[in-house]
Amino acid sequence: MDAQNTPAIAADRLVKRYKGVEAVAGVSFRLAPGSITGLLGGNGAGKTTTIAMIMGLVTPTSGTVSVLGAEMPRDRYRVLHRMNFESPYVDMPMRLTVRQNLSVFAQLYGVENIEERIASLAADLDLTEFLDRLTGKLSAGQKTRVSLAKSLLNRPEVLLLDEPTASLDPDTADWVRSRLERYRREQGATVLLASHNMSEVERLCERVIIMKKGHVEDDDTPAHLLARYGRETLEEVFLDVARGRRQSEAAK
Amino acid sequence: MNFADTGMNFSFNRVAAMVRRYWYLLRSSWPRILDLIYWPTVQMLMWGFLQVYISQNTGFFARAGGVFIGSVLLWDILFRGQLGFSISFLEEMYARNLGNIMMSPLRPAEFLLSLMIMSIVRLSIGMIPVSFLAIAFFGFNLWALGLGLVAFFVNLILTSWAVGIFVAGLLLRNGLGAESMAWTIMFLFLPLTCVYYPVAVLPGWLQYVAWALPPTYVFEGMRALVIDHVFRADLMGQALALNIALFAAASLAFFKLLQSGRVQGSLLQTGE
Repeated sequence: MDAQNTPAIAADRLVKRYKGVEAVAGVSFRLAPGSITGLLGGNGAGKTTTIAMIMGLVTPTSGTVSVLGAEMPRDRYRVLHRMNFESPYVDMPMRLTVRQNLSVFAQLYGVENIEERIASLAADLDLTEFLDRLTGKLSAGQKTRVSLAKSLLNRPEVLLLDEPTASLDPDTADWVRSRLERYRREQGATVLLASHNMSEVERLCERVIIMKKGHVEDDDTPAHLLARYGRETLEEVFLDVARGRRQSEAAK
Repeated sequence: MNFADTGMNFSFNRVAAMVRRYWYLLRSSWPRILDLIYWPTVQMLMWGFLQVYISQNTGFFARAGGVFIGSVLLWDILFRGQLGFSISFLEEMYARNLGNIMMSPLRPAEFLLSLMIMSIVRLSIGMIPVSFLAIAFFGFNLWALGLGLVAFFVNLILTSWAVGIFVAGLLLRNGLGAESMAWTIMFLFLPLTCVYYPVAVLPGWLQYVAWALPPTYVFEGMRALVIDHVFRADLMGQALALNIALFAAASLAFFKLLQSGRVQGSLLQTGE
């Protein structure tokens, strides 16, 4: 397969079992380079485990997952410098200033012209005035922006986002979404976004994968999903899927 | 074993990034720095005065001045070396930063090297002032051990790193549920490595256990040097050989535990 046809992320019959509990039960999907996809699902649907397997933090029980052609977690060091993530399950060290944190991660990712990159990201994410403040002293929204800055430091080709706007007020969340859209457009990055915010997914994503109990329950464009379920919002579609209503029933 | 875990394409630049991260943390917090100096000072003073008292009453200790202070200073190298390694690792867990690190291009071997460097930095901050206090209070000059001190230090720090690496593996695999191991595991070495008494004091069967541990050779060597003024190169050679085996075993265990952490999904969830 040539580089152009290689999917940015490919999951093939991905299974993760923890002591008899099947967290992910045979998930398959392929994300085209430059695409932005929403991963939806209720609590315990398997979204975080799927993302953790894509990041190489969790070894699949069976099946395979590859990122930019490298199988995870086996070949992760071939591609980790080309991807990044933001998740509510991790924090940036609180006792370091924002600048110190970003410069440490920039060095870890082999970023060139670190000071310049930090200044440009800080300007972009409205962090300039906080650069020399302790990360732990920032508000939840400011911390989310710092994590987002960290996730963009290395200009990743693959960006994994887990609830990126969860702790932000509507105005800031909207502003962050526009930054993400711009980043994706300018860099041609592939973005996989796990979110509970349906309007966010509707606005940002050209494709939506809905997970339930470890399975992919549906996978389509937002417009097609709305049409098939006969609904006006993705939230209604999500509720139909979560409550086990069939498309034909939902459409009545 | 997953070959990628062993640290191919090693980068000193990434090691430097991690050392910088720990240095920023250390210098931002005076309680952390005070903690490095406080306990070694208390230990040295307590054992020093005890030695002064005993030496005034027994002929042997009058001749063997400095044995207790030497023991406590070398024990602190062993104990503080491991603690310095493990605390830096624990800081990542307390900060919920391990996911960021494991997801970055940092190789496990680079991570371990940065922890080793920080263990020396932390040890130096604590031990160098205390060694001068020992001269001031008791006239015991650790630095006068010369070549012996270098051999003792190398062997003790290697053991402390091996134990630290093993504990880091346990923490990756079991989360903060294994935290107490970081604080207490080295105390198992305290009676077995004969820090304050000769190996001959132990029952015969326990002496075999003692001689299987590298620090035992160091403490025996220190007593030979302080009491008999003889540097036992043979003991240091044996300690080094055992340390190489211990270090290799601990590294293997770390990579196996890391691999197991990936299977069990414990790398992202690092709480209890």
